[in-house]
Amino acid sequence: MKFLLVEDNSELATAITSRMRIDGHVIDHAVNLQDATAFVETEEYDLILLDIMLPDGDGRDFLKRNRAGDLNTPVIVLTARSQVSDRIGSLDMGADDYITKPFDHAELEARCRAVLRRKSGTAKTRVELGGMIFDPVAGHLIVGDTTVTLRNRELRLLELLIAAPGRVFSKQKLADRLFSYDEDVSDNAIEVYVGRLRKHLDKSDLKITTLRGLGYRLDYEH
Amino acid sequence: MSTEASVSGSLRRRLALTLIGGAAVLAVLMFVAVRNYAVQVAQRGQDSILAASVTSMLDTASLHDDAVEVDLPYAAFAMLSTPADDRIFYAIFRDGAFLSGDADVVLDPDARSIPQFQSARVRQTAVRQVSASRTLIGADTRTDIQIVLAQTQDALSETLRQISRNAAFLGLGFFALAAGLSFWATSLTIRPLDRLTNSVTVRGPQDLRPFTKPVPDEMAPLVTSLNSLMTRLDQSLSQSEDFIAEAAHRVRTPLATVRSYAETTLQRVDKEENREAMRAMVRAIDESSRAAGQLLDHAMITFRADHLEREDLDLVALTTDLVTRLTPIAEMRDVSLSVLAQGKVRYSGDPILIQNAIRNLMDNALKYAPAESDVVIAVRSEPHIQIEVVDQGPGYPANQIDVLTSRFQRGENAGDTIGSGLGLTIAQDVARAHGGDLQLSNKAEGGACAILQLS
Repeated sequence: MKFLLVEDNSELATAITSRMRIDGHVIDHAVNLQDATAFVETEEYDLILLDIMLPDGDGRDFLKRNRAGDLNTPVIVLTARSQVSDRIGSLDMGADDYITKPFDHAELEARCRAVLRRKSGTAKTRVELGGMIFDPVAGHLIVGDTTVTLRNRELRLLELLIAAPGRVFSKQKLADRLFSYDEDVSDNAIEVYVGRLRKHLDKSDLKITTLRGLGYRLDYEH
Repeated sequence: MSTEASVSGSLRRRLALTLIGGAAVLAVLMFVAVRNYAVQVAQRGQDSILAASVTSMLDTASLHDDAVEVDLPYAAFAMLSTPADDRIFYAIFRDGAFLSGDADVVLDPDARSIPQFQSARVRQTAVRQVSASRTLIGADTRTDIQIVLAQTQDALSETLRQISRNAAFLGLGFFALAAGLSFWATSLTIRPLDRLTNSVTVRGPQDLRPFTKPVPDEMAPLVTSLNSLMTRLDQSLSQSEDFIAEAAHRVRTPLATVRSYAETTLQRVDKEENREAMRAMVRAIDESSRAAGQLLDHAMITFRADHLEREDLDLVALTTDLVTRLTPIAEMRDVSLSVLAQGKVRYSGDPILIQNAIRNLMDNALKYAPAESDVVIAVRSEPHIQIEVVDQGPGYPANQIDVLTSRFQRGENAGDTIGSGLGLTIAQDVARAHGGDLQLSNKAEGGACAILQLS
């Protein structure tokens, strides 16, 4: 997906962009509202992440201006405040959602997915591979003529594996992406989700291989 | 936190008492003046009749061969008759020696040709008497003859009693009218003060605009100082609000940077001990940012609960909004969130407080709910207005259920779960500010049940 991040703190912006590039997203960074306006006018984005306190104005004014124009791109506001009224204020201005700093990237991803699902229903980037079609926004997996709605963790696991077929993911790495940091995760938790995915992918040409002591790998059988 | 003013006296009472006291003194003075004047007028009337009568008696006095002859005219007594049948006494003296009449009547030694009046007593009876004298000249003699005429004052007293009674009625009437006017004048004077008090009282806690309505000259300094106090208060409030927002911004932005870096690093490193360090770091960041947020929320809630700003709300819509907002977080844990409600549930309360309370209960439920379970939020208006949040988690520790709402108190089974121990305190404070309470229980089939009851 293609993001525009409007954030004046360069450290934070670097941290967010490098984290999001790991997931294979394309992300442009604007340091102020002027830059953001220029980006929005020349490029098309799937989603805008907008900070509120910016050196040349309030992010909400930018939002209001663009909503009055013909900008339909979904916007998630990044706020450092915790006052509920402030959050409500940004939703009234036309934001689709907001997230409070510091945030969990999994939560940001979940919110992006929810916003995109509300706005368009499906992802523009549906993955077709090995006889199956995967729509991460709608959470659908189509194999042959059956459509399965994946549970969130199944979906995220498939998303991770499908981004790098042939690469080995350790159990721990997968667990860190699927569970939040304060959850007690048992060793076989990942096995449960891998097992379910295997069942869903049964009729396709994709296969999840277990490598003893190393982890899992998505293989494509011709 | 409401402080009673220390009260010393009342302006209204003081003003009313002064005015009424003044009216009372004036009424008494008026009564005395009217009565005295009436006494004088009545006395003068009696005196002039007595004088005319004694003069006509003296007119008949004559000297015949050194003998004094007084022929008392009938008219002289007739003119003295009164409705009260006052008695008349008289005595005739020749050169100061008693000649005839009533021996108990005493002659005023200074009696001259001009009648002299005095109040005296005849046989214990109070009388008004007149003494007059006339010089009679015979062939070779010259003699002074004096007549004293006295009359009781029964009719006069009766008249005076009537006049006094009327004067008293007049005084009382004057007093009543003046007292009524005093009350009216007092409330008229106090009214601008009441109006000012009223307009201060009905203001919301955020309303610190200066007063612009006209007030009487004497109150202008008070309103001016009040306005300047409000301006200073407004400045310091918005300064501290800005300060809190700025402080939160300054703290949260670097925390967000560290968290993002830690997550990125976690994706890249493979060594398990390094990964564990990164996870601990992320947990610590979440813990501190959550605690900071909850502390600020708690401070805000304490402030707002003191000055409740009620609005008409639909609790179902409010809860549904929150559920929409929290759905992505629930999805991440494969937990489903659903609202059970029929129609609208109208309630008048502070939306920010109630939202915060429900959000805290839902956060709790989401934290402890196992994967692929349901969290159900029921909004009811019967038999009480309440919002119930039920999960399928481990429930509250039974022996701690009563103390969980205390500040910073966390359940023994909280384990690694991130929390500040303020969530349930906030929910309870909000419920109590709205005249309700927070009820915690465990479901028989397992799971925690929190009921936010409002009234």
